[in-house]
Amino acid sequence: MSTSTNQARHDHVARGTTVGFLTDVSLCIGCKACEVACKEWNQVPAEPACFRGYDNTAALGAATWRHVQFLERDERLGAQVAGPMTGADGEAPFSWLFHSDVCRHCEVAGCLEYCPTGAIVRVETGAVVVQDDVCNGCGYCVVGCPFGVIDRREDPLPGAGGAYKCTFCYDRQKDGLTPACAKACPTESIRFGPLDDLRARAAERAEVLRARGVDEVTVYDPQGTSVGGVHAVSLLVGPPEDYGLPARPEVPLVHQRASWTTAALAGAAAVVVTLGAFRL
Amino acid sequence: MPGLGASFGRGGATTAQQDLRDADCIVIVGSSMAEAHPVAFRFVVAARERGARVIHIDPRFSRTSALSDLWVPIRAGSDIALFGGLIRHVLETGRFFREYVAHFTNASCILKEDYRGPDELDGFFSGWQADEGRYDPASWRYEGDDLGRPRRDPSLEHPRCVLQVLRRHYARYTPEMVAAVTGVPEDLFHQVADALTDSSGPERTTALCYSVGWTQHTKGVQLIRSAAVLQLLLGNVGRPGGGVLALRGHASIQGSTDVPTLFDILPGYMPMPRARAEGDSLEEHVGRHRKRTGHWSNLDAYMTSLLRAWYRAGPEAGWGFDLLPRVTRDHSHFSYFVDMADGRVEGLFVLGQNPAVGGQNARLERRALGRLRWLVVRDLVESETAAFWHGSPEVTRGELRPEDIGTEVFLLPAAGHAEKSGTFTNTQRLLQWRRTAVEPPGDCRSEAWFIHQLALRLKARAARSDDPRDAALQALDWWYPADEQGEPEVEAVLAEINGWFVDPAARPDGASHATARDGRPHHGGQVRSYEELEADGSTASGCWIYSGVLGPDGVNRADRREPEGRLGHGWGFAWPGDRRILYNRASARPDGRPWSERKKLVWWDAGAGRWTGDDVPDFPEDKRPDHVPGPDADGMEAIRGDAPFVMHDDGLGWLFAPSGLDDGPLPTHYEPVESPVRNRLYARETNPGISWFPRPDNPVAPPDDPRYPCVLTTYRLTEHHTAGGMSRFLGHLSELQPELFCELSPELAGELGVTTGAWVVLATPRGGVECKALVTRRMRPLQLDGQVVHQVALPFHWGFAGPVRGDVANDLVPLLGDPNVTIHEAKALRCAVVPGRLREGVPMAEALEALRPGLGAPPARLHPDRPARESEAREQHPGGQSEEGQVE
Repeated sequence: MSTSTNQARHDHVARGTTVGFLTDVSLCIGCKACEVACKEWNQVPAEPACFRGYDNTAALGAATWRHVQFLERDERLGAQVAGPMTGADGEAPFSWLFHSDVCRHCEVAGCLEYCPTGAIVRVETGAVVVQDDVCNGCGYCVVGCPFGVIDRREDPLPGAGGAYKCTFCYDRQKDGLTPACAKACPTESIRFGPLDDLRARAAERAEVLRARGVDEVTVYDPQGTSVGGVHAVSLLVGPPEDYGLPARPEVPLVHQRASWTTAALAGAAAVVVTLGAFRL
Repeated sequence: MPGLGASFGRGGATTAQQDLRDADCIVIVGSSMAEAHPVAFRFVVAARERGARVIHIDPRFSRTSALSDLWVPIRAGSDIALFGGLIRHVLETGRFFREYVAHFTNASCILKEDYRGPDELDGFFSGWQADEGRYDPASWRYEGDDLGRPRRDPSLEHPRCVLQVLRRHYARYTPEMVAAVTGVPEDLFHQVADALTDSSGPERTTALCYSVGWTQHTKGVQLIRSAAVLQLLLGNVGRPGGGVLALRGHASIQGSTDVPTLFDILPGYMPMPRARAEGDSLEEHVGRHRKRTGHWSNLDAYMTSLLRAWYRAGPEAGWGFDLLPRVTRDHSHFSYFVDMADGRVEGLFVLGQNPAVGGQNARLERRALGRLRWLVVRDLVESETAAFWHGSPEVTRGELRPEDIGTEVFLLPAAGHAEKSGTFTNTQRLLQWRRTAVEPPGDCRSEAWFIHQLALRLKARAARSDDPRDAALQALDWWYPADEQGEPEVEAVLAEINGWFVDPAARPDGASHATARDGRPHHGGQVRSYEELEADGSTASGCWIYSGVLGPDGVNRADRREPEGRLGHGWGFAWPGDRRILYNRASARPDGRPWSERKKLVWWDAGAGRWTGDDVPDFPEDKRPDHVPGPDADGMEAIRGDAPFVMHDDGLGWLFAPSGLDDGPLPTHYEPVESPVRNRLYARETNPGISWFPRPDNPVAPPDDPRYPCVLTTYRLTEHHTAGGMSRFLGHLSELQPELFCELSPELAGELGVTTGAWVVLATPRGGVECKALVTRRMRPLQLDGQVVHQVALPFHWGFAGPVRGDVANDLVPLLGDPNVTIHEAKALRCAVVPGRLREGVPMAEALEALRPGLGAPPARLHPDRPARESEAREQHPGGQSEEGQVE
């Protein structure tokens, strides 16, 4: 019997191991078990939805902490043959991809940096967690996230401030359990474990896929930007922009620094001009 | 499950999900496995990661296709033409597995001289009785009529041997013909054929998975047969990484045919007695159905043991055989709903089912519910079946008024699956025990509680009666211990299903759950397996094939959770006898050695004189591979040492089915009843012998009715469960798929002028549904020899109750039955697609008429194949196994 790596107990919290997610597009079947398991465990209420196709929860937000994206592409996926590959007017390649998006748990987390109350904290495994009872619902974190992950709920849950996002199932992790999404994933498209192991697996997996002819594989693990690295890595097919992910995510603070500088320069210039006017 | 039963011997998947990992190629057809069986699909993903090629054949590019190496779009309902083409390819290129085929299948068996096939009789097999609308199968048997001792030609050259008959039968299924009938272009056909043949043989194996996309046709049994024939020719049955995996329509559907909720079979696939003018005794019944050779020679032991489990009756009453109800005619779901619609049924119990949404021609079925005097619905929620009298479209459209519906509805709250104990029997014949996780809330109770309480009350009434019809209730042995809540001990039921020695005094050892409700010892020791069952009345067993699940050691094997080895022995219990891969004697050469090191599973250990390996051998443990029975041998002794299919009289895999099927010994392409094209292969359009149910409220479009130009196929989404009772009422699932929609190609959408999100109405002669359009390249127009055919796909989960609502897709589906098992045809229909919505508050015909003039009118002509009169109930074949009911 093969036992999924996501079913094993662990002691990452006790050891303070830095953990992460690896979400692998090439193994995802778009079943949304991760979305449902997340909502069930974390008691996130359902939202009224309307029909959009296969993706009816639309985006990550206060009520959706895992979100499966569906991408229809007029491109071939490696050596896959998707029906007759030539149409009436020539080549007609096609493929359909699924990606389960989630909070990236950034090393320099915009939400955490912006939070004025200290409600958002980093825990021993590296995850970024909102403390419901401290959050005052100001919403600064919402504009602070470079991925548009965290959001406020119109009607906060009882005893909570209002801003919500993935907790990395910190409560489960403390008990040695895998996060609910990873545990429910039938194909191990979502993996949970020590971040270094997952990065190694992502690199290895990318090689395997390239060898199979899937040459547009991207390991989405942005480095060298102001977010300082992430704890949720994705193995994508095609560029991150296709998934609504910034190629070079930046914490908005860096823009703020620049805008303060601009404002200061503008102010100084105004003073100079004003003084000049009096001199005249 | 006669498709698998007639081919291999047992009506169950031949393999296990876990075993898919060892496949070199996996063909998924008639199923969107990733969507409907996502957990099983993990083994397909694992196989693919190990290098297996995955092929998905389906009208719709689905989430399964997305993870496949090859997607083959096909016209819904034309799969036998494709598989016939593959069979022809394998035969004509000589790529069949010759040694396997010659020894293990009936390829060498010689048929009677008077057999004729559809190639000679233009669409009919010999034996067609036009006046009765059925076949006389006498000419399909082997020469000499002895199924146990066929005359064989090992060279496979005899013109009347099965292999040569097969070649002639499929000669016309050329790649060009396949392309013209199915829409599968020749290059894709050859890619499939090459993948199959490259991944079959001594070193490699191919597995095939199907689901209700194959069963819900008027030829569903023959569709499954076509896969069985191909897999036998390629030598893929009984071997690791091979086989045919029947993915069941929902939880424990396998269980509900093993311990059937069907009218024509008894537990363990034994035939139900039929009403006979001359009367019938147990001896006569057994004599009629018992096979002289092969495993079914033990029918007497299984039948007697079943009766001993049910009744307190002596041998003079045939151990209670005389008390069994008799089948008088077709009592399938369709027939009794038709009877109900005509006011001939007084009351109905509905448990775990929602026919107001899941029924076929659901409008007819909802109207039928309104003709009952009483209706009991046990469910988790007020399902559409319980709410039909105030919420159905017939009521909201003013066709019916609640005050005119006389049905008294009793809605009883049911316990959910985590709130009760018992077993599920899954897709791979695996019994898995589950324990109560939480107590059901309030007055919710398990089904077992309900049936137990009902039985106690009925028995109490019967005890006071001297009406002869209450004799069966009086004799019913309802002994089950119960707790203080009145909940019966379900493990005691499992113990009874396993079977025991009847006499507590004579065989006390190994007794389990042996104290009856009244405190007295009820039975003796448990039997170890069905091999211990006897015909003399000394043993009892509620379902012989499950024997071994709770043996004399008292261990509930369904409750084990310690898997070992590659097949997961130690987790649950797979019938029969914990065999994970059936017919596994075929994993060894005729001489008993493995075909290859890579594909070894079970082999003959000459030193020890027995079969051994990684699975429980599905063969008499000490039967030598070179065993040749004497001319007078009977029973299992008559099975040769190189004959792995021991349920069959001759021990062979049946490429040609000499018995067991009502619509022919070989799969043959017929068009669906509603087809956009004429049958190119034969003059006969549709499968002869279909149950038509010709009625004004069940009209069918004739082949050339121009109002319904598109092909319609229904399907399921991952996000919802069948008729929705367990998913549409839950916020976390209903938000994922909140509305009914249909999938159509950009080409068709362009012709209609609709885009994604626009309202469209799908109409068939039965009615219309409105839904949102989803325009996608995942649907492709098909080229059929110059003719363009558009296909539309429609999920079926919505209804008129609960937080998310939508029209009932099954309102579009006609009541029509496959000749063998009376399964409907939901996967291949014709429909009209009209932009817009249906006017509210007016009768359906008027709303359709307003949308497009003429659409609301009944068909101007009858279908040419429709019989004039209502079809009579037909005699079933011995061992008549039924396909899963698939009424959700």
